Amino acid sequence: MSETGNAQRAATIAVLVENEAGVLARVIGLFSGRGYNIDSLTVAPVDDTGRISRITVVTSGTEMVIDQIKAQLDRLVPVHKVSDLTMEGPHLTRELALIKVVGKGEHRMEALRLADAFRARVVDATTESFVFEMTGNADKIDAFCALMRPVGLVEVSRTGAVAIARGPRGLN
Amino acid sequence: MSAATKPASTEAALTMSGAEVVLRALKDNGVDVIFGYPGGAVLPIYDALFQQNAIRHILVRHEQAAVHAAEGYARSTGRVGCVLVTSGPGATNAVTGLVDALMDSIPVVCLTGQVPTHLIGNDAFQEADTTGITRPATKHNYLVKKPGDLARVMHEAFYVAKSGRPGPVVVDLPKDILINKAPYTEPPIAEHRSYRPQTEPDAEQVRKAVRLMKAAKRPIVYAGGGVINAGPEASRLLVEFVRMTGFPCTNTLMGLGAYPAGDQQFLGMLGMHGTYEANLAMHGCDVMLNIGARFDDRVTGRLNAFAPTSKKIHVDIDPSSINKNVPVEVPIVGDAGRVLAAMIECWKAEDAPQDTHVLTAWWRQIDEWRAKDCLRYRQEGKIIKPQHAVKRLYEITQELGRETFISTEVGQHQMWAAQYFGFAKPNRWMTSGGLGTMGYGLPAAMGVQIAHPDALCIDIAGEASILMNIQEMATLAQYRLPVKVFILNNEYMGMVRQWQELLHGGRYSESYSAALPDFVKLAESFHAKGIRVTDAADLDAGIREMIAYPGPVIADIAVAKDENCFPMIPSGAAHNEMILGPEQEGGVKGVTDEGKVLV
Repeated sequence: MSETGNAQRAATIAVLVENEAGVLARVIGLFSGRGYNIDSLTVAPVDDTGRISRITVVTSGTEMVIDQIKAQLDRLVPVHKVSDLTMEGPHLTRELALIKVVGKGEHRMEALRLADAFRARVVDATTESFVFEMTGNADKIDAFCALMRPVGLVEVSRTGAVAIARGPRGLN
Repeated sequence: MSAATKPASTEAALTMSGAEVVLRALKDNGVDVIFGYPGGAVLPIYDALFQQNAIRHILVRHEQAAVHAAEGYARSTGRVGCVLVTSGPGATNAVTGLVDALMDSIPVVCLTGQVPTHLIGNDAFQEADTTGITRPATKHNYLVKKPGDLARVMHEAFYVAKSGRPGPVVVDLPKDILINKAPYTEPPIAEHRSYRPQTEPDAEQVRKAVRLMKAAKRPIVYAGGGVINAGPEASRLLVEFVRMTGFPCTNTLMGLGAYPAGDQQFLGMLGMHGTYEANLAMHGCDVMLNIGARFDDRVTGRLNAFAPTSKKIHVDIDPSSINKNVPVEVPIVGDAGRVLAAMIECWKAEDAPQDTHVLTAWWRQIDEWRAKDCLRYRQEGKIIKPQHAVKRLYEITQELGRETFISTEVGQHQMWAAQYFGFAKPNRWMTSGGLGTMGYGLPAAMGVQIAHPDALCIDIAGEASILMNIQEMATLAQYRLPVKVFILNNEYMGMVRQWQELLHGGRYSESYSAALPDFVKLAESFHAKGIRVTDAADLDAGIREMIAYPGPVIADIAVAKDENCFPMIPSGAAHNEMILGPEQEGGVKGVTDEGKVLV
C-alpha cells in the first residue's frame, strides 16, 4: 500500500443504493464529513421497480484515500455495491450538456459550424440564440464550451458523468 | 428483509396502535429495559408503557445520560442498549451520547419522537430535523413515514445496531404514526437486502498471518475493543492464542479486560499514557497482530515513526478500518472471535516450528523495559496521590472479591483508572474512548447497575467531569441504585492543566475548578451518602465505607493538585520518545508547533 505514496488519481465510482429517503444525503455527507473531493455526482433510479438507484461519483485522491472512499461507501447500510470503474478495466463515461449561445451574423454561423464539428444538436433556436445538446466525456464538453465562449456562450447546464464498464459483465 | 415479513395474523394486524407495535418490537428484540425521558411527541409510547410490564422504563434526568446509560448497559452485557426520547430538544440532547456510541462501536437503538408527518418541515413546536442532525452521529437512522414500515424498521434497527461493527441507530417516530393503527410483523429471518457484514475470515489470509507470526522474532499482539464486542468467547480465544504462541499482549483503552491484567504475558495498556514496555515493544516489534483495534492516533503517536520495522496483520470487522491510518501487509476482515478461532486452528495445523530461542531473547528485552517500572509513584505524607487512590480502590475491591464494574469520566483520572485498575475479564470497564465525553461515567455506571443489580459499580470521576451529568444522582435515588462515585478531586480540569503546564508555559487558562460544590452536602441533598477524605491515612477507611454502604455514595477524595499523568507520549512524538516522569518533562517542552496542533 505504502509504495503508491502520494500520487493522486481520479476515480469514477459506481454505487448501487437502495432508493430510500436520505440515501443521497448519506453519500454526500460522507464525502464532506471526511474531506473527500467530489468532482461530479449523478443519481437516478435504474431498475424497473424503482427500488435501486445508481450513483456515479467522480473523485480524486491518493490510492489510500480512494480505497478508503470505497470502503466507507460500502459500509453505508443502504449501499448494495461499490465499483471502481477506473480500476476495474475499460469503461465508458458520458456526460450530457445543454449549451446556450446568443449572437447574430457571422458568430451565429460559426456557432453552427463548431456544433457540427462536435456533433452537438440544436434543440432550441430563436433568431438570436441556440441551445445545443451534446454528449461526450467531460473533456469534449469543456473544449466545446471554450470554443463557444468568444462566439456568444451565455449559459451551460451539465449532468455530470455517468459511466459503465465495457463488455458483457454487469454490475448487479 | 421486508419481503420475508408476514403479518402475525390478519385480524391481529390492525388492532395495535403504532406505539404498541413499537413496544412489541422492543420485546421481540429482547429489550427488557429502556432509558428515557418523556415529552409531547412520545406521549403515546409512554401511555403504552404504562399499560404493560414487559419493559422497564428508567427515567433519567437528561437525554444525554439516557444514551450513556444505554451504553453502560450494552457494554456490560453485550446486548443492545435502548433509549426513548422526545422530539426536538430530546433528540438534540441525545446527540452527544449517539456520537459517543458511534466512536466506541456500542450497539444502541434510540427512539426519538417527531412531530406528526403532516407538520414535518413546518418548524412546528419541538420540531428538529432529527434524521438530518443524527445522520453523521449514527451508524444508520430511519424516519418512519408509513404505518406499514414501522415494524420492519424497528426490527432492522436492532439488526443494524448489533451486527458487523456495532453502533447507534436512531428511529424517528412521528406522533401520528404512534397513535394510528399499524400492522405488526415478527422479526424477519431473511437476510437484509443490502447490509451483510463479513464475519468469517478468508482462510488464505489467516494462513498468511499465521506463517508470518510463526517466523516472528519480535512479535506483539495488540488487541482492542473489537475483541470485547465479539463477546466473552473471543476474549477466551485471545488468551488461548497468546498462551499458545508465547507472544506478549497489549490492550488498547477500549480493549482492557480482553486479556487478564495480572497475566505474565500482558504488557498493560499501550498508547499516549500506556506503559513503557507496551509502547517500546510496539516500536521494536517485527510482526504485529492488531486484532479489533483501529490504529487510533492515541495509540500510534507520530505515524511515520510508528512500529517502523514491523510487518502488520490487521483483523477488523469493518473493512474501512483497514489501511485507513496505517498500511498493513495482511488485512483480515472478520469477527475477532471467528478470526482467533481460525488462527488457533491454523497455528496447530502449520508444521513450521517456532524459533523459541529468539522469542526468549525478545522477552528478555521486554523484561528490561518492564524493570523501569514506569507506573511507580511515591505516596508520602498526608497528601493523597491520585494513582494511590485508584490502586487502593483496586486492591480493596480485589480483596472483597465482589463482581466489580468500573466506569470513568474523561481526563487524568480516566488514564489513572486505566493504568492502576486491573481488569481480569471483559465487559467490566466502561470508558469514553473515541469521543472522550466528560459526563459519561455516572450515567454509564447507572446503566451497568441496572443490568447487574448486585454488582459493585464504581464511577471513577474527576471533580470537573462529574458536574457534567450530576443531575443523574436523582435517578440513582429514585431507583435505589447503589452506584459509587469515586472523585479524584484535584480542583483542576487535570488533563487540561497538565497540557497547559507542559505545552503552554504553565498558563492555566480557565482550567481551575472554581466554586466547587460541597460534594458531601450535594450527595446528601440527592439522598445519597457523602464521604470526604483528605488524608492518606484515612483513604482505606473511606474506600471501605463507600463500598459497604448499601446505597449510592459520592466519595470526594482530595488528591495532589499538580500531579501529572505519566508515562506520556507527547503529541507528535513516537513511541520510543515517551516521557516517563517529571524528571523528563523537558522532553515535552521541546514539542514543536507541528506536535502542538495535534489534540
